[in-house]
Amino acid sequence: MSIAKLALYAALLALTVAAPFLAPDYKTQLATLWLMIIVALSWDMTGGQMGYNSLGNIFFYGTGMYVAAVVTIGIAYPVGEYTDAAGGGIFAFTPTQYFTGMVLGIIASAVFCALSALVVGYVTFGLRGPYFAIGTLGVAIAAGELVSNWDWIGGGQGISMPNYPYDFEQFKTLIYFLYAVLGIALFAFCAWLYSTRFGAAINAIRDDEEKAEAMGIHTLRYKLVAWSLAAAFVGAAGAISAFQLIHFEPLETAYQTINLGIFMVVCVLLGGKGTLWGPVIGAVMFHVFKELTWNYFLGWQWVALGALIVIVVVFFQDGLMGWLRTKRPEWFGIAVERKDRIIREEVTT
Amino acid sequence: MDQIFFNLGLLFEFPIVNLKIIIDGVMIGALFALAAYGLALVWGVMNVKNLAQGDFVIAGGYVAWWLTQQGMNPLLGVPIAFVVMWGIGWVVYKLVISRVIERDLFTSLLATFGLAIMMAQIMNLLFGSDTQSIKLDYQTLYFADGLIDVPIAKLIGVLMATSLAIAVIAFMKYSRMGQAIRATAQDARAARVMGIDTEKIYAFTFSLNAAICGAAGAIIVMVWVIQPFYGITYSVRAFVIVTAAGLGNLPGVIAAGLGIGAAEQYGSHIFGIGYQQAIAVLLLLLVLVWRLAQQRRNRQVLQ
Repeated sequence: MSIAKLALYAALLALTVAAPFLAPDYKTQLATLWLMIIVALSWDMTGGQMGYNSLGNIFFYGTGMYVAAVVTIGIAYPVGEYTDAAGGGIFAFTPTQYFTGMVLGIIASAVFCALSALVVGYVTFGLRGPYFAIGTLGVAIAAGELVSNWDWIGGGQGISMPNYPYDFEQFKTLIYFLYAVLGIALFAFCAWLYSTRFGAAINAIRDDEEKAEAMGIHTLRYKLVAWSLAAAFVGAAGAISAFQLIHFEPLETAYQTINLGIFMVVCVLLGGKGTLWGPVIGAVMFHVFKELTWNYFLGWQWVALGALIVIVVVFFQDGLMGWLRTKRPEWFGIAVERKDRIIREEVTT
Repeated sequence: MDQIFFNLGLLFEFPIVNLKIIIDGVMIGALFALAAYGLALVWGVMNVKNLAQGDFVIAGGYVAWWLTQQGMNPLLGVPIAFVVMWGIGWVVYKLVISRVIERDLFTSLLATFGLAIMMAQIMNLLFGSDTQSIKLDYQTLYFADGLIDVPIAKLIGVLMATSLAIAVIAFMKYSRMGQAIRATAQDARAARVMGIDTEKIYAFTFSLNAAICGAAGAIIVMVWVIQPFYGITYSVRAFVIVTAAGLGNLPGVIAAGLGIGAAEQYGSHIFGIGYQQAIAVLLLLLVLVWRLAQQRRNRQVLQ
């Protein structure tokens, strides 16, 4: 790794640590930005690197939220009684219970989501292309509808998490750093994963699944592992969200198919599919755009976001990194022979 | 759980209840089939999977509802919604769809998903998020000692849906334009060689699809309720029907549409009304898995 690259990473890390103290009013905003980065990076693991465009990754986000809630509440009180008394506030949590719940909840969400990805993936990975996208979207919508009918975990009313036992500002900082640590871990993990044999195998599946299979790659196994890795990170992010939001309900917050579920795809497309930095840059761009429209297009922000999705998909699908790659291939270590390039240009013109 | 068994028992104790459920299901299924036919048309002709299908339906419903609020005869809403949605479909085609036809399928899926979000939100801003419907003051017919009730309004809706379907099918079969559309669906390049302006065909097909959906929506607002965010479930239902029936299989689309209507009514009778949306989506998953199992069988034969 070159000195310049190392310095860049160090600077970004320093910025990450300092950000909540430099801009204390924007802690929640920055936490949400990290959430976007996490879901975008993990979507890209299957969408960009493996060529399986899931529209249902939000399923793991919502499931993570609920698993975290059930674990946190379950270690202190019976869940059914707790949800029955929703809003009653008779259930107090000691700090020990709260933090044990938080740690166990995040771990349990990651594990549960990874396992459920294996199950869901076993059924849906036989579907190709748009069928896979619609099938996974169906899983997410169905899960939301079923959870909203399940009274044990609060039904359509949703479920309330215990309140943070200490100062609220401290709570926001804690949530920010939880997201940030998870995000950095995910980024480092992706950087490592894509350089291994496993990364090469899932890229082969993206480029031509039949040929990959013919080369001896057990495609289903690779697909399942890749998706369950992504699901674990989304699930953990969902668990943190559950603590952050305190109260959430199934259709609009947990299984929010048309919000976060589609945003993560747009983030990746905006930044550039199948690149390491693309999802991160895309998430930042998207989040800034989203916040600007939220502030200045009162009421019409959703229309603006829908328009952004359409425009990105139709006109700018390669994203920023894809655009840079065609303009400046040498930055990506792609050697282009000048002569060859000239000939190709002659052919195309 | 007890409730579910009670509801199941009811079906066996009073077989006439089955008949009522099936009649209700078939009535609503006819409208699903209409939207699904439009989807199959666009899918087959230009290979675009339109996730905004349901939002066209809801938009058509709002056109009819708004005009009725202005004091127009509700039955006129259907043809007017047809025309208005034709125009909207044409604009959408020119702005978005024409640019994604040549691209991969995920592009069109995602672009129409964005479109669906946009349309739902615009309707939400224009008409508010309450559920709306048009009350028709016709009588209700009762059969079998009042166990089966058939509102005449619903009958009119089914009648209109059927006549629209027949008109569209006849148009596709006998008119010159219909022939050109079918030719383009078979082989777009060959059609171009034969002098068919495929670009025009695409625009026409997409507008026709939007218009069919709009008319279906105008009927739905008379017999049921609409809400800006109900669109996605109509899209899902249309996908279930087309995936189950296969492309270019018109009797299959109609049968699947009626079947899904009935299956949904049964589901919501047994499990409760809250599960109606979930059942629509779970049916999609079932159909996809079933198709998958079928394909897997084919693969084994090849080995």
